[in-house]
Amino acid sequence: MSEDIISMIKENVIQGRKTRDDMGIDETLSGTPGVLELTESALGNNISPEAIIKQALTPGMEVVGEKFSTKEYFIPDMLASADAVGAAMDILKPLLEESNVETKGKFVIATVKGDIHDIGKNIVAILLKGAGYQVNDIGIDVPEDKIINVVREEQPDYLGLSALLTTTMTSMESVIKALKENNLRDNVKVLIGGAAVSDEYAREIGADAFCADGFQAIRVLEEFETT
Amino acid sequence: MPREGILISNPLERLSGEQVRQIHDASIEILNDPGLLCFNKKAAEIFQSRGAKVAGVSGSDTPCWTVKIPEKLVTGALDSAPKTVTLGARNPDNALIMKGDEPRVFFITGSETNMWLDVDFPTYVNKSDPGKEIKVPEFQPRRGMVADLCDSAHVCEHLESVDGYIRTVNIQDKDITGDNKDVNKFFACLNNTTKHVMSGLTSLNQLDNVVKMAEMIAGGPDKLKENPIISFITCLVKSPLQFVDDTTETFMEVCQRGLPIVVSSSPQAGTSAPIKEAGIMAQINAEVLAGITLGQLVNRGTPVLYGSVPVRARMDTLGDSYGSIETSQYNIDCVQMARFYKLPNYSTSGVCDTKIPGQQSSIERLFSDIVVTLSGPQFLHCAFGLLDCNSVFCLLQAVLDDTHFQMIKFFLKSPRINEQELETVKKQIREVVATPQKMFINYIRPVMRSGEISPPYPFEGDGDSDSVFALANERLQELRAKPVEHIDPDTTARIFREIPGLLPRLNVYKGER
Ligand code: B12
Repeated sequence: MSEDIISMIKENVIQGRKTRDDMGIDETLSGTPGVLELTESALGNNISPEAIIKQALTPGMEVVGEKFSTKEYFIPDMLASADAVGAAMDILKPLLEESNVETKGKFVIATVKGDIHDIGKNIVAILLKGAGYQVNDIGIDVPEDKIINVVREEQPDYLGLSALLTTTMTSMESVIKALKENNLRDNVKVLIGGAAVSDEYAREIGADAFCADGFQAIRVLEEFETT
Repeated sequence: MPREGILISNPLERLSGEQVRQIHDASIEILNDPGLLCFNKKAAEIFQSRGAKVAGVSGSDTPCWTVKIPEKLVTGALDSAPKTVTLGARNPDNALIMKGDEPRVFFITGSETNMWLDVDFPTYVNKSDPGKEIKVPEFQPRRGMVADLCDSAHVCEHLESVDGYIRTVNIQDKDITGDNKDVNKFFACLNNTTKHVMSGLTSLNQLDNVVKMAEMIAGGPDKLKENPIISFITCLVKSPLQFVDDTTETFMEVCQRGLPIVVSSSPQAGTSAPIKEAGIMAQINAEVLAGITLGQLVNRGTPVLYGSVPVRARMDTLGDSYGSIETSQYNIDCVQMARFYKLPNYSTSGVCDTKIPGQQSSIERLFSDIVVTLSGPQFLHCAFGLLDCNSVFCLLQAVLDDTHFQMIKFFLKSPRINEQELETVKKQIREVVATPQKMFINYIRPVMRSGEISPPYPFEGDGDSDSVFALANERLQELRAKPVEHIDPDTTARIFREIPGLLPRLNVYKGER
């Protein structure tokens, strides 16, 4: 039974089906339970959150990643799967915390002051959530003091800043300065992205990394975690 | 005499009259339900005072309002928006007169890219036959500078098919700040081309300086009204259906001053608009109508262009895919919608997905350039030199694009068929069939130099290799060497005295005085 549920969760991650109502790639699945319902019944069957993550969600996402790299899958497929995994993680997170199992880090993401571009930021947020990070998306046009307050209060492991305009990218530098002034810089790694910025700019302003897309963000975070 | 552009006699249409009507009805319905989310207080108040249903949104971090626009406000705006918009020019012969019901196309550059692509031709030696060498174009991206903007405006002044100039590159010099960017960008353009200049505005507090500068060049406020040598573009609506605070403010201020402005919306099918054609069309049309309505409420009769930059999302990154076929379809649909309203239209073609000039860039841009031109938008933002979905500008590519447009323009000349022509050729045929060689060659010569025969592709090489880039680069250097007519010394001196923030290095007369 438990193996069945585990493999069904994995299959539905691959199908990108969050709930019963979602369409997968295999249309016949419509109406059958999705990742969310299956995760709940797995917990009801006393399957541990750890097992759900390690045997179903993560391996499912790995298959999705492979399909993406061979161009069988496209970004909308990837986002659907990531969204399904993210929803399952929302249920599992409190249980993991209760049992003191170590989870992946907390990620706060924002588009900086003066900038309203958010398509890229939203994609990154969904992908990171799907990769198991706890993501708090605090929106667009976010002023520096709000970012600082959130970092102070929530103590995230990572802060992601997005800027698409060369006129707004400079506020990334101010945020980093303000983090230093508030003695918060050492506790949080800053990742930056968006069309305006580059590797070079990240170095110039003292950010920890520049990411060309959400996948690079996942790789960078994995590197941070292993070092 | 204003510029001629090219008149399309039978514009390409994709939508039936009924489909146009259906899109219009759907947009009107969308404007009412769900309406728009408005992040600009003044705009919300204006809408409310004119009878739109406006309600504050609670629980939002930044103040915002829902605005439900009734049909009568939209029809009122469509009535009062001018059906003919004139975009003036420093040289009045370069003015553009755009009539909403006349499919006369003008080709214009733009938009603002962050990166500038330099080209170099290093020599490569064949490893197995060192005597064999070839020159290969290599492209090097770097951040755009104000000197590049001058260079680009200068070259575009000499590109025959370029009818008007939208700044092509974002100026990122160390001494350019939020407070001096607009004046420098407008001056760099205006001083290096005598064609119409359009740009977005970075800081609203620079609008008056920019307008003042334009007035000095045009010869005073009234002259600027008559001959608006500058115009603006704003994306006041962020898809889906949101009036952005700062760009909406800028838009209203420009409308108040009565200068021409493009109400542009750029939804991306798949992310910020439905992936279905019917969806992106109903939405973009609603968004543009919302902007036009606001503009007319602010200043009845102010000149606006129906601006459309619809694009389909790439499936592998969800970035814009200007090279996708659907992008051209949406643009053509928008041209039809604007024509339905008899408003001049700003449409987009020619942006490609690829990062450097080459086969892909030529194929993608030429495809959209041809089909969108055929649909007859008045203002075709056809993206001379733009690559990488709007992120990179390359002057060499702009030179190549100019050739494409000359070909397209030639193709669109009306057929020269009439009684007189037919009489002449019937006579020719009778004469030739009676000769032993039966050749028409003798009749070529009088036609050959009359402009009736299309010129050969100018960058055709003579060897076995493709020399397009090398020859286009030679052409580029020739154009760079041609002088441009700068703003006269007195006006320049006055501009530098009275407009704060201009970089002294942009003053071409500095050394002489
Ligand atoms: C769509 C778009 C818009 C839409 C935004 C819709 C939305 N909901 O976001 C609209 C039309 C509203 C808009 C408005 C404007 N825009 Co705009 N816009 C774009 C465009 C075409 C695409 C951006 C996009 O969504 N890309 C797709 C996503 C998937 O890619 P992405 O954002 O780069 O994100 C990916 C990576 O960069 C990375 N990433 C991004 N952020 C982060 C953050 C972190 C932490 C990490 C790890 C990774 C990461 O991962 C993402 C996923 O792969 C760009 C052109 C371009 N090439 O970028 C111009 C562009 C950014 N815009 C530009 C301009 C000028 C404007 C306006 C000022 C126009 C105007 N005059 O009104 C206004 C800005 C208003 C404001 N105050 O912000 C210019 C900027 C030039 C400059 N000065 O720097 C650009 C470059 C276009 C151009 N060439 O002219 N725009």
